[in-house]
Amino acid sequence: MEMSAYTTKLGSLENYEKGSIQIIQGDASNYAFSNIFEVASQAKPYEKTVVGMNLKFVIESVLAEGQSAWYTASHDEFVIVMDGEVRVDFLKLDQAVVPENQEGTHLAGEQPAGIPMGYALLKQGHQAILPVGSAYRFEASKKSVMLVQTIKGPLSVEKWNEICFK
Amino acid sequence: MNAIQKKFVEDGVIITGRNEITGYSAFQLGGFTFSRDEYFAKVTWEAKGQEHSHLMSVDAFLRALMRDVAWGFFYGWVNFDDVIGTQNHYGNVDLYAGTFNGVLKEAGVDYVENFETPLIMATFKAILHDWVNEGFDPFAAPEETGSAFGRKFGSNPEAIDRYRIATKRMPGLPDDSPLRDDLPVNRHFEDVPQDEPLIYCEPGFEGQLSGFNLFKYLSRSDVTWNPSVTSVCKQSLFCPTTEEYILPIFHGNDRVEWFLQLSDEITWDIADKDDGRPVARVINKAGDICAMPANIRHQGYSTKRSMLLVWENATPNLPERYASGELSPYPVKF
Repeated sequence: MEMSAYTTKLGSLENYEKGSIQIIQGDASNYAFSNIFEVASQAKPYEKTVVGMNLKFVIESVLAEGQSAWYTASHDEFVIVMDGEVRVDFLKLDQAVVPENQEGTHLAGEQPAGIPMGYALLKQGHQAILPVGSAYRFEASKKSVMLVQTIKGPLSVEKWNEICFK
Repeated sequence: MNAIQKKFVEDGVIITGRNEITGYSAFQLGGFTFSRDEYFAKVTWEAKGQEHSHLMSVDAFLRALMRDVAWGFFYGWVNFDDVIGTQNHYGNVDLYAGTFNGVLKEAGVDYVENFETPLIMATFKAILHDWVNEGFDPFAAPEETGSAFGRKFGSNPEAIDRYRIATKRMPGLPDDSPLRDDLPVNRHFEDVPQDEPLIYCEPGFEGQLSGFNLFKYLSRSDVTWNPSVTSVCKQSLFCPTTEEYILPIFHGNDRVEWFLQLSDEITWDIADKDDGRPVARVINKAGDICAMPANIRHQGYSTKRSMLLVWENATPNLPERYASGELSPYPVKF
């Protein structure tokens, strides 16, 4: 195979390099700087660590390993697999588990009542919609890293002190 | 005057003449004039009863102008450099010279004028149409395109008539923005896997589940530094883009935004939003995520074309809430 002239550097759990901040004035903490692979490497499986927060909206870094609980939300959410491989199973809920005025990811219960909608097999760089009205569950045979775009909810974990440059 | 210029004049654009030697037209917008020669864009205004002027290398000027037009003046301040720029008020736009430069502002030689968005947009588009020559793409990285310099030589309307992609929920969904299978993979991303995720829908749920290869999508971006929406969670917008060379503007946002480096590396120069004093340099590598506070301006440098996730909160009343001090310029306290 012909050598590619350029090598695109992607991060992974096993191979990431954290950048840096050179402060001239002010505090490093102003930038809330973390690395999603480092965060995932220090988290429990499916712990939803907030790595970005813009008022109520969040980005969460999530370590996928084994099978997750069933989740649901009153709005669309999105997942991007940043390392590894993740299967997402979807159920069309018979009725909403979470009222519309409650935002963020919620647990959908042990065995939510609904009809199987299908599944997504996601590898590094793949994105899927976690559509409103569904419940979804992640499964990963080896440690993988996901980003979740959602709203701060009861499962969101904030630990800025532990993950950010100060 | 050519047919395109006649159309712009109908929209209120003032063309003050064409230079017989260089071939370029000059433009007037309120108290500002714009002209270019073989190397430079020149902007003039009046302050303290005197003419003041500012020159920019014309390639840098056209790259900046291209972003401002394509983004519809974007969020907050779009500084072309440390003197010239625009501030979006979402319906009208301030054009300023020196107003957000500590030294010029202090000396009182700055000038700012407010324009209805359609007029300043039409004027900026008219300048792009006249000043961008055949072979120069102000949306491309320098290695990918020809020269902006010299006397007028043809035009490149295809290159400058590209706009931000509007996405309702996610590209590839029914009735939403398209994927990029018809665009070639950029030369810097030839090693990016092009496989799509497997999405299996049970009968009856076709079109309700959806996924796509975001990195493939980005590897086929035909422009640099152009945040384009790829997922919408209420007012939370993921706007990834591919970056190469220098962000052609110094962006001062009227709200907090976040950067998540998806591949490779970008260095961000961070400066005070109001007077331009340098405050930090931030070096982001793959997986790094950081906030851009609401009181700074930033400009990025990317040697290799890199994938960046720009994350915006499009809630409309945020500028006033940050400006009034109700919201801290820093997104989290810890």
